[in-house]
Parts: sequence; C-alpha cells; structure tokens
Amino acid sequence: MSNLKPDELSKINYMPPEEDWMSVSVQMRKGMYCHGASENSLKTVGFPNPRKWSSAEADWKLPDNWQEIVLKGMAERLEKYRSFHIFMDICVRCGACADKCHFFLGTGDPKNMPVLRAELLRSVYRREFTTAGKILGKIAGARELTEDVLKEWWYYFFQCTECRRCSVFCPYGIDTAEITMIARELLNLLGLNIEWIAGPVANCYMKGNHLGLEPHTITSSVEFLLDEIEEITGIKIEPTFNRKGAEILFVTPSGDLFADPGTYTCMGYLMLFHELGLDYTWSTYASEGGNFGSFTSNEMGKRLNSKIYAEAKRLGVKWILGGECGHMWRVLNQYMDTWNGPADFLQVPVSPITGTVFENAASTKMVHISEFTADLLKHNKLEIDPSRNDHYKVTFHDSCNPSRGMGLLEEPRYIINKVCNNFFEMPENTIREKTFCCGSGSGLNASENMELRLRGGFPRANAVKHVKNKYDVNMLACICAIDRAALTTLMDYWVPGVKVIGVTELLANALKMKGENDRDTDLRGEPLSGAEDGDAKEDSEDV
Amino acid sequence: MKILLPFLGVMGIVIVAFVGVEMLNLQYLFGVMIPYTAFIIFVVGVVLRILKWGRSAVPFCIPTTSGQQKSFSWIKRNRFDNPSNNLEVIVRMALEVLLFRSLFSNTSTALKEDEGRLIHQSSKWLWLGGLAFHWSFLIVLVRHLRLFLDPIPSALSLVEGMDGLMQLGVPVLYWTGLILLISATYLFFRRVVIPQVSYFSLPNDHFPLLLILFIATTGMIMRYILKVDIISVKAFTVGLFSLKPTITHDLGLIFYIHLFLVSVLLAYFPFSKLMHAAGVFLSPTRNMPNNSRRIRHINPWNYPVKVHTYEEYEDDFRDKMKTVGLPLEKE
Ligand code: SF4
Ligand code: SF4
Repeated sequence: MSNLKPDELSKINYMPPEEDWMSVSVQMRKGMYCHGASENSLKTVGFPNPRKWSSAEADWKLPDNWQEIVLKGMAERLEKYRSFHIFMDICVRCGACADKCHFFLGTGDPKNMPVLRAELLRSVYRREFTTAGKILGKIAGARELTEDVLKEWWYYFFQCTECRRCSVFCPYGIDTAEITMIARELLNLLGLNIEWIAGPVANCYMKGNHLGLEPHTITSSVEFLLDEIEEITGIKIEPTFNRKGAEILFVTPSGDLFADPGTYTCMGYLMLFHELGLDYTWSTYASEGGNFGSFTSNEMGKRLNSKIYAEAKRLGVKWILGGECGHMWRVLNQYMDTWNGPADFLQVPVSPITGTVFENAASTKMVHISEFTADLLKHNKLEIDPSRNDHYKVTFHDSCNPSRGMGLLEEPRYIINKVCNNFFEMPENTIREKTFCCGSGSGLNASENMELRLRGGFPRANAVKHVKNKYDVNMLACICAIDRAALTTLMDYWVPGVKVIGVTELLANALKMKGENDRDTDLRGEPLSGAEDGDAKEDSEDV
Repeated sequence: MKILLPFLGVMGIVIVAFVGVEMLNLQYLFGVMIPYTAFIIFVVGVVLRILKWGRSAVPFCIPTTSGQQKSFSWIKRNRFDNPSNNLEVIVRMALEVLLFRSLFSNTSTALKEDEGRLIHQSSKWLWLGGLAFHWSFLIVLVRHLRLFLDPIPSALSLVEGMDGLMQLGVPVLYWTGLILLISATYLFFRRVVIPQVSYFSLPNDHFPLLLILFIATTGMIMRYILKVDIISVKAFTVGLFSLKPTITHDLGLIFYIHLFLVSVLLAYFPFSKLMHAAGVFLSPTRNMPNNSRRIRHINPWNYPVKVHTYEEYEDDFRDKMKTVGLPLEKE
C-alpha cells in the first residue's frame, strides 16, 4: 500500500475482465488479505482444525473430508436461517447492489460486487441443493466446490465488512452481510479464519475483552485517563470497578481504553458520568461490548456476549448502558436478547437524571450512550459551552451498524448540534442508511491488508474530502471504536488534516463541569480557539 | 454463450411447438395436456418451495433499518423504512412490492478520474424499467382473464377499457402490451450492454426475459397481425378453465406457440429466480419490525453454549485483582 500514492490508488478500473468469472481461479494479492488464524487462538475457544498454516501457501491443511463438512454445514444453515435460504434463491441479478459496495468502488474487482460475492456461494448451493443445478450444471450457474472455490470464498468473504449497504438498495432486501456471515461460519468449520479475528476472540473469551487487557491493566489504563482529566479540568474522578449494587453497568469496547483517539472518548464517558453523579460501575469481566465472535459464528458471538448479562446479574445492577461502538450495537440490537435473554433480572431502563423511561430498550435493558446523552441535553441537564469546540469544523460519519442495523441516526446528530457550532453534513447519498463503511469493519482492521482497507475506505474518504474542500471540515465525528481507529488511518492517507473524534469527546469538550478549572485546552491538550485566537485551527491543519 | 444458449432454448421451444402442431398434429398434447401439466407443476412447485422456505427458521430479528429508529417522542422516526410494529411492516412491504421503493432510491456511482472523485447520483432507470415491466405484465395477465371467464366481470372490463383508452386503430391497442414489450427489451439490453451486469448475468437470467419477450411478441402478432379468431380462442380457454377441454376449432399455429411458451414459463417458474415473486414476502430484512430491544425475539433452535464464567475468570486473575483492590467473590 504505502508505496502507492493516493492519486495512484484512486485510479480504479471498473471494467470486468473478458473471461467468465466461474472459470478463473482466485488471485490472492498481497495487501488485500489477512494472516490466517493461528493454532493457539483456534484452540483456546475450541474451534475446528487448529493447525499451523499460512494462507499464502498452497496447502491449507484441510481435513480429508472437508467438502463433506462444508456441505453438511450448508445444509444445516439452510434450515437454521431463512435469510440464507431465501437469499440463495431469489436474487434476480439486477445489479442494483453492484456499485453500492465500498470494496467494489475501491478495487474495481467484480467479485466485490455484492451480487457476485453472493454468487460465489450461490453457485455451489445450486449445484448441491437445487435440481436445476444438479442437472444443468454450469448453464444453471452451478459449480463444484473445489479447493480453488474454497480459497476464493476465503479471499472474498474476508473482503466484506458486513456493512449491509448493499441490502438497503436490493429490492428484496438481500443482505450480503448475512451471506458473508454464513460463509465465514462455513470457513470456520475448517479452521479458516483470520488471526485478526481469531486472536481477539480468544482474548475476549479468556480475559473479557478483545485486547486481552487483564483486570489490573484495565484499572491502570483508566487511572491514566483520570490523571489526564485531572490535568485538564482539575477534577479528580473516582470510578468503580466490579462494584455490586451499582444502579448501572457500563459496557464499552475495550478499544476505547487503549489508543488515541478512542481514549479521549473514554475520558468523555468518565467526565460525563462524574458530572451526573451516576451510580454506575465498570466491569473487568464484561469489559468488552464489541464482539469479534460474531465475525466467526453465531455461536461464538453468543459465547462472548453472554458476559454482559451474566455480569449485570452478578453485580445486581438495574440496567446497562453501552458506549460508542458500531458492531457492538448491531449485536445488542439484533442478537443479544435472543441469545442470552430474557434479562428479567433487570429493570426497564430509566434515566436517573431525567426520569425518562427508555421504552425502546424495555426488553434488552440496554441503552445506547447517544440515546442517554441526547435525552440529557433535551432536558437541559448539562451545562454546555459549544464554543469550546469552535476550533473544530465537524462532519459526522454514520457507522454502518448503528445506522443500518439499528436506525440510530438522529440522536448523535442532536448531540453534535448541541455541543458544537460548526457541523456540516456530507453529501446525502453517503450518510445515514446510505453511509459508506470505513472499510475496516468486521475484523478487517489489520495492518497486513492495508491496501484493501485504504481502497475500501476510499468512498467514505471521498465524501469527507468533499466537505473538507467545501467547508474546511477538520474533524470527523463518529460513534464507533473501530471507526475511530480505522478512519484515523484512512484520513491520514486520503484527507490529511482531518482528525477523528467520538461524539462523547465532543460533548466532554463542551461540558462545563462543576468546580472545574478554566479550561484552556480540549481533551487532546490542544488550545481552545478562544484561548489562542484561532491558531488551533491552523495547528491542526498542519498535522 | 450466456445469451446464445437461452436464445437457442427459446427458439427450440418455438420449433417444438411448430413441429408438434403443424407436422405431427399433436393439438391435444400442446393445447390441453401440456398446459395442464405446466399449470400443475407451477402450483405444486411454488407451494412446495414456499413450504420449504417456511420450514427454515427465522432465528433473529434482522431488519435492514433504512431510517430513524423509534426512540424518543421528540425525535422524528421513519415508520416505513424502520418499522417498529407489524402494521408499519405491512406498509413497508406494500411500498416495496407495489412501488419497488428500494429501487427507487437507487444511485449510480461514477469516478471522475481527473479529480479522483466519486459521484453518487440518483438513478431511476432500473426502477422505471422494472416497475413498467411488472405492472404491465400484471395488467396483461389480468386482461387475459376475459378469455377464461364467462360472463366477464365488470371490473375486468374497466381495466381493459382503461388500457385501451387511446384508441389507435382496430383492434384497440392495449398500451400495456406495448409497455411490456419495451420494458422487457430494455431489461434484456441492459443485461447485454452494461459490462458489469453482463459479467454477472447467467444463462438463467437471459432465458426468462427472452421467453417473456417471445410470449409478448407472439401475443401481439396474434392480436394485431394474424388476427386469431378470438371467439374460438375463448371457447377453447373457457373449456380449459372449466375442465372440459375440447379442441374443435382451428386455433392457428401462432396460438399454440404462444401457449407452449407460456406453459414452459409456468413450469420453469418454481425452479428459477422467478420465485422472487413469492420470496420477497419472506425476506427477513424487510418483513420484520425493528423492535428487538423492546420485545424479545425467540430463536427456535437456541441452545446453551460453553462460556467462560466469572468464577473461572476470577480464578484465573485472583491475585492480580487483589493487588489492585478489585472486589472478589472468594478471597
Ligand atoms: S440488488 Fe438484490 S436482487 Fe439485485 S443483484 Fe443485488 S442482491 Fe440480487
Ligand atoms: S455488506 Fe458491505 S462490504 Fe459486504 S458486500 Fe455488502 S456492501 Fe460490500
């Protein structure tokens, strides 16, 4: 990647090749795929076929009966998921989804058109599970499951971020993300995962979070952030961990504890909760809201997710508050209650500050931080000075999962509009349910696949660039931990000068806390514009 | 190859009908037995397929949310793109099935190479073509009912009356027939001309389109050029419909070809992508309300899984937890 300049990488050829797609074998290009899952990671959680292998070598060390395993797995899933069964049968190949995928737009590779990505699997389905395919073979679009086909699956189903953009445009709602999830489950049956997913899964299973932070490391990470907060605001905050009897359990992705700019968002949570005097606790056991398990199999997703309710029960809290994370919220919205509910030991969430009953979370008992915060602002429960964000010209990136898997569109916008004075939307076709993926979701934010990530992020970056040119935007807000990490890389490459920020960080900048110092810097230690007459803006543009 | 094969296939169907009727005099086979068989295959096939889909579970609530969720009263939600109850789902589905709403919001993306800029623009051609195709097809189908029904219901005459509103010569020109022909042609050429679409199209995408094009064409020829004797046709179809099939009249070769093409389409239907007509109603991303946080969705095959419990976790990290003063269950 690094040797290709942005203006070279953005030259994309959308013309498909001459040959028929079924008859060419997969060309795995370096930079476009991730390392295979390590033996240890697979073993830790008891995944099939743990072994030493490399996706770059020809021999993937498959079990002898691998075809049988895959086909059996497919048959099983056709019965377990109507979505899968229907989506295998009813695609008319109209192509409405074709140019909706950021990976197609960024690579020009026709197998990244959602329709064709699904056909990779569908062709085998036809051959094995439909009469026409059995009899007519290739004429009916059917092909045999060979090792080449399997490798092609691996390559392309790990070039899909399960972002669901294709699904919005499909007249039947065919969700290629759903197909990708099944395909990855099938691959997983043969131990064909990627390490960037399998590693965090193993970590999360044993230690409670993807990063593998042990309990004492979590508390010390938070302590470090507390020191920073004290330095900026003069306020000493003392959160609690694993405290029984707290009213609220707070769960956020562990990424928030770890690296900039996620840590600033985390400081934001700490400041907000302190200011409210919230009776809440963190858990070191349920120290992950994200769920890389859901990128391997439904079952693993459930195994990792189980900690949240289990811990809420053990600690005896009333309800759960969830931080800013993309896929965490898709999992919470669509799966958690089904997997690990009913959460009847909890109560329907009520904001202790405003008294608002969160009816829309009556069953999961879990509230999104943006819902919680928007409600506070609506009721004027926070003192806000939006001018403290005047050195930022902000645009907002809808993360794929909260937008297309949940419909959380207005709450973060409401917050942003309250806490900063300069907010600019990106073009209409690139936001809300039509938002473009960061290109690194669903466990693809490794470094060895950087070219793929940069290409996949191209459509998103392109829209940011548009508002940067037009309105001088220098800050990209989001509500997702993977976004915060991935978009930072993406912006540095495609739109230098634009930084990435969590919505709660923006809020915390503007939040006037009781007893705080005269703040002269934001959470990043950069001077507020009032303090230095607009120099801050220039500063941030040079970076 | 991808186009030639289906084309030859459709031509083959025409030739079979020609040979069968014109040379072998198998009027009864082509006029009665094959249509009946095709119809039975159609009905049984469609029902079986739907039952088969229905047997697959819907383990999770996975609607694609294309609009604001229902949260606070003061946030304007999008009822029909992000439905929160069954009524809203029905509206969403109706808009989808009747107006192709998802396709309406279709965009096309182009890269301005010199500026390195992606441009996303609204693109309604596929929506328009698809909608014209399906609606005209439906109306043509409904119009055909007059051939089967005696007396003709007044509602049907109304449809016909409207369809033939612009009197152009005799017999009355039905707009829908023409629109069907044009839109099917558009959809076919779209598949051939747009490089990406042609790349992922399969023979079984071209086949039904060609089949329908041929059906429409033979229908038009019958009506406007060869002028098949409509009275005999009606006598015949009413016979078919009332299960008293007789072939007493000379119905004309073109009629048999038309009927055979239709029979093939019917029999092909349940085994093909044409099942999207039924499948769209069962699509979980569209036919479920987004209320899974409010009302628990049940997975029929949910099963217990192995987890790493808090107790095990504490056992693993007790000493470390102790050093930083974290509360413990067991000291
Ligand atoms: S939009 Fe839907 S039906 Fe059309 S090609 Fe894509 S998945 Fe198939
Ligand atoms: S889910 Fe997203 S990444 Fe996957 S095919 Fe669809 S648009 Fe592309």
